[in-house]
Amino acid sequence: MSVLARQIAPSARLLTPVTTAPACLLPRHFSVLNRPQPNYPGHIPLTFIERGALAVGSAVGSLINPRRGDLIATLGEATATPYFIYRLRDAMLSDATGRRILRDRPRITSSTMPLPYLRSLPENSVGRTYAAWLDREGVSPDTRSQVQYIDNEECAYVMQRYRECHDFYHAVTGLPIFVEGELALKAFEFLNTLIPMTGLSLFAMVRLKPAERERFFSLHLPWAVRSGLASKELINVYWEEVLEKNVDELRRELNIEAPPDLREIRRMIRRQQKEEKQRMGQQTA
Amino acid sequence: MASRSMWRSLHYSAKRRVVSPAQYRCFSCSLRAQDQGKTDSEKMTHFGFTNVPESQKESLVGAVFSSVASSYDTMNDLMSLGIHRLWKDHFVRTLNPGSPLARRHNETEGQGWNILDIAGGTGDVAFRMLDHATNVNHDRQTRVTIADINPDMLAEGKKRSIATPYYNTGRLSFMEANAQTMPSIPDNSVDLYTVVFGIRNFTDKQAALNEAFRVLKPGGVFACMEFSKVNNDLFNAVYKRWSFSAIPLIGQVVAGDRDSYQYLVESIEKFPSQEEFRAMIHKAGFMIPGRGYEDLTGGIAAIHKGVKPLA
Repeated sequence: MSVLARQIAPSARLLTPVTTAPACLLPRHFSVLNRPQPNYPGHIPLTFIERGALAVGSAVGSLINPRRGDLIATLGEATATPYFIYRLRDAMLSDATGRRILRDRPRITSSTMPLPYLRSLPENSVGRTYAAWLDREGVSPDTRSQVQYIDNEECAYVMQRYRECHDFYHAVTGLPIFVEGELALKAFEFLNTLIPMTGLSLFAMVRLKPAERERFFSLHLPWAVRSGLASKELINVYWEEVLEKNVDELRRELNIEAPPDLREIRRMIRRQQKEEKQRMGQQTA
Repeated sequence: MASRSMWRSLHYSAKRRVVSPAQYRCFSCSLRAQDQGKTDSEKMTHFGFTNVPESQKESLVGAVFSSVASSYDTMNDLMSLGIHRLWKDHFVRTLNPGSPLARRHNETEGQGWNILDIAGGTGDVAFRMLDHATNVNHDRQTRVTIADINPDMLAEGKKRSIATPYYNTGRLSFMEANAQTMPSIPDNSVDLYTVVFGIRNFTDKQAALNEAFRVLKPGGVFACMEFSKVNNDLFNAVYKRWSFSAIPLIGQVVAGDRDSYQYLVESIEKFPSQEEFRAMIHKAGFMIPGRGYEDLTGGIAAIHKGVKPLA
């Protein structure tokens, strides 16, 4: 399996077969009044209909109120089975670092990622960029909710790992915090991890202003497609070990193209608009 | 079920601090003194489907209601598909607050009723009773005291009272109290004692019933509306599936809190049947009028009544 994976081109990653039959396609043998024992602390086994209702409900809810991060999390969990989370887990198993992560099961919390230490690292390092991003957003690594609705215990950890690493993806791609940046990152994640929630989040582009939407389609989406397909699986990066590495170097190793600098673009546009206004003022004067 | 993690998450996020039961005994070296003395000596009670020490049930329930307070009415509408409004309207109408009372010769106060609404935090039953007394019975002296153990629910009720005509009048007051002991309410002082969808959360229901008996005047009415047992088997099957499947899901999507709603449906399951609860009311000393209970919507909810005997 691993030999095959190495020979397969990165873009054919999307077609690698899963190693186990997806358990949730098998008929459910429990009723909601008699749920089976949880497979891990916090696990809530759901029937197929419940999972569908949860997916629809959280999709609608998060579109109406984008501040409900917990709904985006449940959307991710409800739509990850049957195929997608197993594919991601197998992608981890096919890589040596991925296997190590699955064996060590590191968690990213404020105690395992001490912010004072990260802030003390050199300027362009992964750890420093991550800490700066957290400070700017005003969030801590503890705000990620626990996975509850994925039945397979190992896949639940994979989803948890993906969730906790999301902030690192921000750090390494350099995408800023506004909606445009988040959507570009979600597009990139979709092509990299194939988690359906990331693709479904792109429906949020209806909330973008027209200029932003045009920029999204002309700049960000092509960048996301190029980088997402060309880059290695981000889930296999052992972030705890690359904290001191230079961000640009890591980007080169992972084959991620530097994204268009959104702040620079907006500054340029603002400058152009100011010049326009001055010129109009001079003409009327 | 995720009962263990639910207990843990509610326990550690409870707004009230749980008082540690550790005992320190001076001059004693016995093993029992040094032991933390938790589970063996303490009585256990149910919190949903899990068992917890009695001393902790109050704070666990407190955490649940602090969490649901702000979306309480939205969630009630979604869970009962709006039927809870019909239930509450019917409850108030059959009690007919504000109607003329047979005055006892030693009473000097005014005509209105003195109503105590227990666990009435957000005020929907209290406001209905005041409206009924004022608009239907033209009684502007009936007053309601809303008592609730949870300050967040009371705060929600105070916020809502601003929009009613009773805000800042003597007719509506709020009180933080535990229904099991209410020393600030004198004996024989209340005409009508109501508790709506609250008593199933009490740690000791019999103690609350005894306290109700104490504060009511002779001839006063105890009225309780609570979720109960559905009498039809087919309807019960559908209802149970709705309770255990849809309600926690709606709680997750709308309120972001699956665990509180899981607790709510489990506590409904644990509540005694109509006959058992009637027996508890009788044990507190109340006289049971007629059958003692009225089923609503096939038994999903039931109104229990008791009357304190005259002398």
